[in-house]
Amino acid sequence: MSKIGLVLTREYTTRIRKKSFIVMTLLMPALMAAMFILPSYFMSQDDTKERTIAVYDGSTILLGQLESTNYTKFKFIPKEDYDKIKDHLKNSEFYALLVIQPNVLTTKTVQLISASNIPFDLKYQVQNKINTIIEKEKMAEVIKKAAIPDLEDQIKATKTSISISTIKLGESGEAKKSSTEIGMILGYVFGFVIYMFILLYGQMVMQGVMEEKQSRIVEVIISSVKPFELMMGKIIGIAMVGLTQLAIWIVLGIVIITSARGLMPAAQHAGTAQDIVAQSQMAAQASAPEQLDKIQDVLSMLGSVNFPLIIGCFIFFFVGGYLLYSSLFAAVGSAVDAQEDAQQFMMPIMLPIIFAILVMMSAIKNPEGPVAFWFSIIPLTSPIVMMARIPFGVPAWQLILSMVILVITFVGMVWAAGKIYRTGILMYGKKTSWKELGKWLTYKS
Amino acid sequence: MDLFSAQEVSKSYSDFKALSDVSISVPAGTVFGLLGPNGAGKTTLIRIINQITAPDSGSIWFHDRKMKADDIYRIGYLPEERGLYKKMKVGEQALYLGMLKGLSRRDAMRELKIWFEKFEIISWWDKKVMELSKGMQQKVQFICTVLHKPELMIFDEPFSGFDPINTEIMKHEILRMKKEGATIIFSTHNMESVEELCDHIALIDKSKKILDGPTLDIREKYKSNIFDVFYKGDFSKIEKELTGKYSILEHVETGRTNSLKIQFLNGSTSGALIRDLVEHVEIVSFNELIPSMNEVFIKVVTQNSKS
Repeated sequence: MSKIGLVLTREYTTRIRKKSFIVMTLLMPALMAAMFILPSYFMSQDDTKERTIAVYDGSTILLGQLESTNYTKFKFIPKEDYDKIKDHLKNSEFYALLVIQPNVLTTKTVQLISASNIPFDLKYQVQNKINTIIEKEKMAEVIKKAAIPDLEDQIKATKTSISISTIKLGESGEAKKSSTEIGMILGYVFGFVIYMFILLYGQMVMQGVMEEKQSRIVEVIISSVKPFELMMGKIIGIAMVGLTQLAIWIVLGIVIITSARGLMPAAQHAGTAQDIVAQSQMAAQASAPEQLDKIQDVLSMLGSVNFPLIIGCFIFFFVGGYLLYSSLFAAVGSAVDAQEDAQQFMMPIMLPIIFAILVMMSAIKNPEGPVAFWFSIIPLTSPIVMMARIPFGVPAWQLILSMVILVITFVGMVWAAGKIYRTGILMYGKKTSWKELGKWLTYKS
Repeated sequence: MDLFSAQEVSKSYSDFKALSDVSISVPAGTVFGLLGPNGAGKTTLIRIINQITAPDSGSIWFHDRKMKADDIYRIGYLPEERGLYKKMKVGEQALYLGMLKGLSRRDAMRELKIWFEKFEIISWWDKKVMELSKGMQQKVQFICTVLHKPELMIFDEPFSGFDPINTEIMKHEILRMKKEGATIIFSTHNMESVEELCDHIALIDKSKKILDGPTLDIREKYKSNIFDVFYKGDFSKIEKELTGKYSILEHVETGRTNSLKIQFLNGSTSGALIRDLVEHVEIVSFNELIPSMNEVFIKVVTQNSKS
């Protein structure tokens, strides 16, 4: 086996067998699922506290019309009681006091007074109820005045809900049905995966380099392996750890989604992966024929997405971005003696990554704007930002330009990092400065 | 025949000169001591031999030809700054380091077994390195260095961290390997072990080689004609005889056996001294004082820093 292969194998096998890796790999999908499921679960939990709200209606518009719900009761009180209660609300049986002034139609405000903090949902609920009642009152008045038969139905009929289907013209002029939503989701997911990968595994490279330096094993090893081989073996080995983890997550994800679908009674027909994606998008839709329609729609839109291109680009930018950043992380790891010293060098590396994820958020909203364009060309941000743009379709020349610049940069960066690494790993007890790093670049091997 | 030689090797880092025109030759089958004060350039030279860095100028020879990249498999290096992966198991790690030196998995396994049995450490195989004491780790490290039976072994302070018993075991192993034909470059600040082990030495100071040659010749060269004499008899009887011809550095009278430290003043011989003494007193012992490597080291380095 070649030496780089030996280094790579060691990096891979020792990491894969670590308990933390196994736990993390299995736990992560569960955590992710929990992250999506728990909030919606909590959201769906009703506020079950029983509250009685005293209502003083000076305008008499609402009188008797505020219907109590399961947990929120309304009790209309006369003026005398109102005067009594308003100063002693805390000691009364009422949770809150709703005050409606006689001139509510002109001021458009009512007051909800309480001794405790009023939950947002409750406030919203009360507000809605009042709005509906007043709207209805007004409507009834208008209808009465106009004296047109069926007016109410006619007004109802004016309510409209248009859905836009976006169509993108291909280069040869053929029209393709595209979906902005799907583009956004894909762009976001791909960009985010690259971001996470660079951040987590880039730092793992740095930790690994520092471990070798701190344990003083590095000189033993580079008496058999060239420093550059050691660095590349480590970088590639760790990349494979990451890819293994990603693959496991994808498989687990498919298994989880499939079994979750199986549990749901609404959709019994087992489906392909595409089907699953389509269906989960449509899970909210209620009526069956409409759902089928929508599924067809999404399927055709998914079909319009150029998956081979996206996946090809994803692998390219994934590898390119990772190589670029992990070689920087390796150089930093080699230059410092302790974790604390690493901070000053980490900042300039972390900034472009974090910046890239921010630009990505705006790029998925406006994939052809100047911000999205420039940062998908600049190599430090291009892996993340370009990935967010690709599902929307990117002109070939931009894609190629971005790729060429990325390749040139990572080759240069790996070379420079190799030089710093080679000198850095053998330097002990010296506080490294930026100037020092620059000097190392000029050392001959 | 020289197994290894360096010719006029120079190396600088920016404006710092680490080595200037250093030449050494290491005869096959010997132990070669590479000595020098801290920061003299020893480590740089050793790193050049191990192809960790390349010299700016000069050449490195191995078996009477220029050293090739592959020759690294025939060298074993135990650096001063050494360690192991703390969380890796001992056996696995030794296997890895052996394979990096070009052994096949099977060969590495076989050799490891021999060494682990010899040192009676088979039970460590599945332990993590961090569970071992410093001395135990050093033992494992030593095995890893010599596992692939290198022709040239380079030991930088190999005995640090060992107790006296283990130090003896290691010395024994080093001498045994030398007997079996290995050539050893040995760098240390412990001059006693240099006297004990090294056939040749080279002394580097301030990036230059300032002294080299066979250990015994060098000590001989730095002797200053001082003799240690133990005798029975009266000091007063010889005092007159000796003054003028010799300088008496020290005389101690204990009553039974007295001692003298005498230095020749001009072109005298030990034979003449014995004749001068033997007429008046009874000589118990008569030794020429050969300087220890420690004294040579201090003398040469101090002189060099003055010049």
